[in-house]
Formats: sequence, C-alpha cells, structure tokens
Amino acid sequence: MAGIGGAETTARKARWTVLNVLVVAYALIPVLWIASLSFKTKETLTDGNFIPRQWTLENYTSIFSTTEFVRALVNSIGIALIATAIAVVFGTMAAYAIARLDFPGKRALVGVSLLVAMFPQISLVSPLFEIERSLGLFDTWPGLILPYITFALPLAIYTLSAFFREIPWELEKAAKMDGATPAQAFRRVIAPLAAPGVFTTAILVFIFCWNDFLFAISLTSTEASRTVPVALSFFTGSSQFEDPTGSIAAAAVVITIPIILFVLFFQRRIVAGLTSGAVKG
Amino acid sequence: MAEIVLDKVTKQYPDGAVAVRDVDLEIADGEFVILVGPSGCGKSTTLNMIAGLEDITSGELRIGGERVNERAPKDRDIAMVFQSYALYPHMTVKENMAFPLRLAKVDDATVEKKVKEAAEVLDLTAHLDRKPSNLSGGQRQRVAMGRAIVRSPKAFLMDEPLSNLDAKLRVQMRTSVSRLQRQLGTTTVYVTHDQTEAMTLGDRVVVMRGGLVQQVGSPQFLYEQPANLFVAGFIGSPAMNFVPASLEEGVLRSPLGDVPLTDRVRALLEGRDAPREVIMGLRPEHFEDARLVEDHLRSSGAVFTSNVDVLESMGSDKYAYFSLTGDQATSDELAELAADAGTADVPGDGVSMVTRLSASSAVTVGEQAEIWFDADKVQLFDPGNGKNLTYAG
Repeated sequence: MAGIGGAETTARKARWTVLNVLVVAYALIPVLWIASLSFKTKETLTDGNFIPRQWTLENYTSIFSTTEFVRALVNSIGIALIATAIAVVFGTMAAYAIARLDFPGKRALVGVSLLVAMFPQISLVSPLFEIERSLGLFDTWPGLILPYITFALPLAIYTLSAFFREIPWELEKAAKMDGATPAQAFRRVIAPLAAPGVFTTAILVFIFCWNDFLFAISLTSTEASRTVPVALSFFTGSSQFEDPTGSIAAAAVVITIPIILFVLFFQRRIVAGLTSGAVKG
Repeated sequence: MAEIVLDKVTKQYPDGAVAVRDVDLEIADGEFVILVGPSGCGKSTTLNMIAGLEDITSGELRIGGERVNERAPKDRDIAMVFQSYALYPHMTVKENMAFPLRLAKVDDATVEKKVKEAAEVLDLTAHLDRKPSNLSGGQRQRVAMGRAIVRSPKAFLMDEPLSNLDAKLRVQMRTSVSRLQRQLGTTTVYVTHDQTEAMTLGDRVVVMRGGLVQQVGSPQFLYEQPANLFVAGFIGSPAMNFVPASLEEGVLRSPLGDVPLTDRVRALLEGRDAPREVIMGLRPEHFEDARLVEDHLRSSGAVFTSNVDVLESMGSDKYAYFSLTGDQATSDELAELAADAGTADVPGDGVSMVTRLSASSAVTVGEQAEIWFDADKVQLFDPGNGKNLTYAG
C-alpha cells in the first residue's frame, strides 16, 4: 500500500511541477523577452534570438540622458506614493469604522464605494478633463492624485475591512480596561495588528496608481505631470524613421523595478498569522 | 481597593430586550463575589456594566462611594481578565504586563519593578521576553492575570477566566486565583457558568437567571437554603433530585412512597400558603443504603425499593442511579436547567434519581436495592412560582 501511495505522490508531484513550470514560463517569458530586447543593439534587435548576440547598455544610457524619461519617473514615483499614502490612511479609518461600528448609512457607504470601484473609468475621462481644466488642476500632480485616490479607496476599504474583522474585538476592550483612550487603543493595539493588511493594501494601491495609463494620458499634457506609462508612448527614436523598440524595452524594465522593490520591501512585513496567540488558540 | 455598589442597575437594549433587571448588590471592600448562572442570564452583561464596556440603562453604579455610570472604563481604575485572555499578540509578555502602566505614564524604573514583582508572583519570570503565541494556555492565562494586577487597581473583574483551560489545569488555577485574591485583598467580581468554581472560589455567590438575581449568599448557605427551584437545581453536583409529591394530611405522597413530615418541615410550612401539589427536592447525599442505616435513624426517614440502573464507584462513595415510575417534576425552572445542562433532549421515562451511598454499600447493578433517605432534609417547592416552601433564611 505504502509503495502505491508513494508512486502516486511522486506522480502527483511531477504533474504539479510541470504545471507550475508552465504557468511561471507563461508569465515570465514576455518579461524576459523585454529584458532581452533592452540589452540588444539596434542591428540585432530583430534577429529573433532570445539571448542577445551583442550586449549593450546603450538603450539604458539613452533613456536616462533625456529629461523626458527622468522627469516622468519622478512624476510617477511622487504621484503614486502620495496617492497611496492618502488612500491607505483614509481607507484604514473608513475600514475600521465599517468593521467595528454600527452607524446609520453604513450599508449605503459600502454600496457607494463598491459602485465607485465598478464605474467604467473611460466614461469619466471627458468630464474630469473639463472639471480639471476649469479648476486649474489639469496637468498637475494633484490632478492625477485626486482621481487615483477616488478609485483606490474602494479597493483599500475592502481589503482593510477584511483585515480589521479578523482582529478580536476583545483586544480593544482589554486596551480600554488597561486605561487606553479609543485613539490610544487604535494606535497601540489595533493599528500594529492591522499592519499586514495595511501593507498589502499599500502594495495593491501603489501598483494601481503606478500602472494607470488612461487618466495619465488624458489629464496631462507636459512633462510637469506626465507619468512613465504615458512618457513611454511618446518615445521616438533620434529621427522619426528610427525604431524606438530598444528604448521602450529599457524603459519598461526600469519601471518594473520600483514595483519589485516595493513588493519585496513590504512583503517582509506581511507576516501571516500575526494575531495568533491573542486569544486562546 | 474599594467597595462596589449596584443600585437597581438595569440594562435594556435598543430593541427592547432586557438583559439585566434591577440588580441590587453591595460588594464589600476586598470581597470575592461570584456571578453565576446559565448562558444568557445576564452575568457577563452585569460585569461589562461594572467595567464600563456597556452602558447602564438605569440605576446607579458606585465604586468606592462615587457614582461612575458616566465614566469611561479607563477612569474607573478597575482591571479585567477576559475569557479569551485578550493578550496583545505583537507585544512580549513583559510589554503586555507593562501596557497599563505605560498608558498611566508611570516612569520606567517603576514599570520594571512592578512587572518583575507580578512576574514573580505568577511564576512568569522565565517567559518575560516571549510572545503570547509561544506560550501554553495556562501561561497565557497567567499573563492576563499579570496585566490585571500590575497597576494595583481598585477591583478585578474576571469573565470566565478559566473556562479555556483543560480540566486539570483549571482546578490548579482555581486555587491559585483564590490564593492570589486573598494575598492582594482586592475586591473581585468573577463571572462563571460553572457552579463548582462558584462554590469553591467565592465569599459570596450571586445566582442569576434571565437577568434577575435569584439569590445572594455564601456558597454553603445557597447549598443548604436555596430560595427557589432554580438555585436548588443549579447549585450542587450531582444536582438535587426533584420528584413530584402531594401534601396530604401531614404526609407527602411521592413516587418514593409516603414520607412523613418532620416537625422542622411542618413548622416551616406553617403560615405559608402551600399548594397541594409540590415538588420534593432531595440532595444525593441524603440517601443511604438502608442496610447501613442504624435502627434509631430509620424511623426519621423513609425507605424505598428500586432497581439500580447504573452504579458509579468513586472510591470514597458510590453513586447509584434509579428510574422510578411516575411523572417527572415539571416547572419552568427545571426545564431551563435541563436545557442549560443539555439534558433536555436525553430520552428517559419516569423520574430519574441520583443517590450517593457509602463506599461500603453492597448494592449491585440491575438488582433491587433498599434505599433510605432523611425525611428531615426534604425541601419542598411550589411548582407554580418555584419558591422554596421550606426556606428558613
């Protein structure tokens, strides 16, 4: 019996390994292809080799030598970080209220935030364009930060309220009995326990803001607030007949790096089961 | 340290449900009072109102002579131990215990000293730097106690603090809770649904049912003089036996035969408007194997003969179980007790009885046994309102 069972698990393992390799390959090959393109010289760009025959860093030096890309990178980082910070702070407060308190209009609030999340963004582009132009927000950082917050908040509230619901309410009662004000109880007991949720939300919101193209192309017009995804689409070669594929590939690799760093940095803080040991268990 | 006074304290929820009604209770300084009752009786709500975690709908709560109804929990200077312990998982044992002191802005040296003292009392010194998730259930329970005692509050409130421990540890912790309370001399209110804990721990026990206080008294008093059927059935393990009986010309007719009314019982019944149909209550220890009863005692009791269903030998005693033909005693109180104990759905016909006999008794399972019981210890209850007709308190 044991022998048969063993064979079965080996077969199962093999099946899973093949499946995993397929999935990972499916996800990673385009990324590696872009990376490969970014290291190719102009002449070998279209040779179809997966591993470049001639390696060059020319594409990278060229994109960093233009203010166009560097400026866009600064805009992207700034706008995404500010929008993430604000959305997470408001999302935390809203999610806490939704998870813990019973107040009139709670269902309506949840419903409306769900509605915002489902609203087709494309239908908002023209009105937003008009509004921002008349308010003087067009082509400014706040002009992008505000819509990002609007669309990131429902996401933040949903993720965070799930985390808050996991935290035993008795901890808060215990903090009150120990002499904490509601604010102290939140800051010293609830917030540290909700930290994994806050970091997870921060990652999701940051990625959403970082990747956005629609708002970024509609609500910006100059380098003052143009973000990287948009700047990429404006790339041209040194002459209009030149193929910018190499530069675009290099830029695509560069803008992936902050996301990877961001995830790696926060991932260490997302420790599963942080609340274990709080109550009996 | 302070006394706690509940003056007609009532809790009514917005939907109209009344959780606690007109509780009057005076808890003396340093006293250990137990609130006990089945789930939903209002004991935890009462405790939460003392703590300040729930609002008081009407009535007054005074701690140390001051009205505290409107004060936030943090301004009442009382500590609480929760059933789930509610330890802060992101803090070490030391930080957990120091938390109330830190909030009170106590200086570092004092915090260090107090935490060390508490850790020594509770035998936690070796675990101070560990996180709650790495502790056993008993250790977590002690940390929760430690967090309560560090700041020397006016009173301790404990909400079923031992119910998550396994049976053996619970008995052990019960004695240490009792010892700790005497050592500190702090007023303590302790909630439990376990009547054994209530009997062994408290100076006084408050039995609650459906939001109403049924009886307040020392454990022994409640055991010997229950005010009503509910208290009689709730206090004591194994529980009191109840059989229907009727009062006829100085004799109780019951499934156990005719029981003569002794002078004591007769005197207590006099002046009370006792109905004809009553419920007779008998504690298991008031039974004995008739062969072991001396002749001069025999006449002060009654004897019945029945088949032994089950016999449990405990070493020091034997518990013999009988089923008698006839109707079961019925009342709202008994139905609620059965529901709480989970025995309401257990099938069984007739009246089941538990008796505690001497270890030297020779009764055997499945055989007829002659059982004597002390007629003077009989308690009689009014099935209509549950009142004890033989209550002498």
